[in-house]
Amino acid sequence: MSRLLHPSIASPQRSDLRSVFILGLSAVVWFVAYNAIQPLANWLTYDLFRLPAGSHLGESVAFFLYDVPKILLLLSGMIFLITVVRSFFSPEQTRAFLGGKREGVGNVMAAALGVVTPFCSCSAVPLFIGFVESGIPLGVTFSFLVAAPLINEVALVMLFGLFGWKVAALYVLSGLIIAVLAGVVIGRLKLERYVADFVWQIKTGHGGGVDGKPTWTQRFEMAWQSTREIVGKVWLYVVIGIAVGAGIHGYVPESALVAIMGKNAWWSVPAAVLLGVPLYSNAAGIMPVVSALMEKGASLGTVLAFMMAVVGLSLPEMIILRRVLRPQLIAIFIGILTVAIIATGYLFNLVM
Amino acid sequence: MLNVKVLGAGCPNCKRLEATVQKVAAKHGLPVEIEKVTDFEEIMKWPIMATPGLVVNDKLVSAGRIPSESEIAAWLTA
Repeated sequence: MSRLLHPSIASPQRSDLRSVFILGLSAVVWFVAYNAIQPLANWLTYDLFRLPAGSHLGESVAFFLYDVPKILLLLSGMIFLITVVRSFFSPEQTRAFLGGKREGVGNVMAAALGVVTPFCSCSAVPLFIGFVESGIPLGVTFSFLVAAPLINEVALVMLFGLFGWKVAALYVLSGLIIAVLAGVVIGRLKLERYVADFVWQIKTGHGGGVDGKPTWTQRFEMAWQSTREIVGKVWLYVVIGIAVGAGIHGYVPESALVAIMGKNAWWSVPAAVLLGVPLYSNAAGIMPVVSALMEKGASLGTVLAFMMAVVGLSLPEMIILRRVLRPQLIAIFIGILTVAIIATGYLFNLVM
Repeated sequence: MLNVKVLGAGCPNCKRLEATVQKVAAKHGLPVEIEKVTDFEEIMKWPIMATPGLVVNDKLVSAGRIPSESEIAAWLTA
């Protein structure tokens, strides 16, 4: 072994201890910063800028100065934690878990594992082939493929930060139910003939699997890397989104939108879904706007349907899956998902 | 001459992995030949379920992540 090896491999315990120490310190700084945002935003707006409380501009500025650091801090903290949790799962393990499970149980497990297994839409094809080739039923595979992007970590954090934990929990729960149902339906329809032929013939290489168990330091490094990557990608959208949201918050009159986005406007849910599809990956920027709209009378079901359409009906993933699925199956997949998301929207508008 | 294969259908992470390998090789003055494998039927000959995969001299060393420079250096000099 050469000196080039990472020091953490040389003395894992000691390096892990240091990582835990750094992490603890960061957590303390995070909590202090998070609790200082509200007073700081108020002080800046009303004392430093001397904007009158209750004025349109004052309301907007205070909203912006509070929401931007809050959402960015939440995003960084939670994405870090989520990545650490995900480092305990791998697609290989998930496949082993799902092997030999019946439909039904398999669908529920696949949906749940879809949430925690690290997944990127660019890996959808090898994952699909890996699942199908090891004999996992098509419907169970689809439960995984629906849940993995539908329950998105950025969307989860945005919903948590802007609407509270109840809405975030509803989002996860309804996402899981949609994934299970979509998988069961696809399984029942017996659509195996619409999978590209080469998938059934492929013999993947076996043995020589890669990673051993990562050390804690490696988990934290991975988490730090993905936090930087994701926050680096979305922060600008967040800032712009919150700026627009802040404008709406301060200037649009109360309940101005009840008529067009309220629960009695039947077409608001399908419209939100249609609008959501091309906005893929901009969830971060759209949510603050939606949150401000909701305050003025838009309804929760419409918001949830919109969020799910943004992350779940992802065009890039469909294009990638086209390599292993015939267009008919992709169309059915999109159709079922769209219907399920719209139904979820109506359901929440009905009961809330 | 080391043969390095980057397995992946042109995702951003595959490109980043290729760049990292090139950087590490240049830093240590190692002669490497980098091959990009983008065809799924070829990719799936290795037991991977997430891209990008990294193969050094026909041995799969990592999959589904971008390894650190020190890890890559260790594989290239092993």
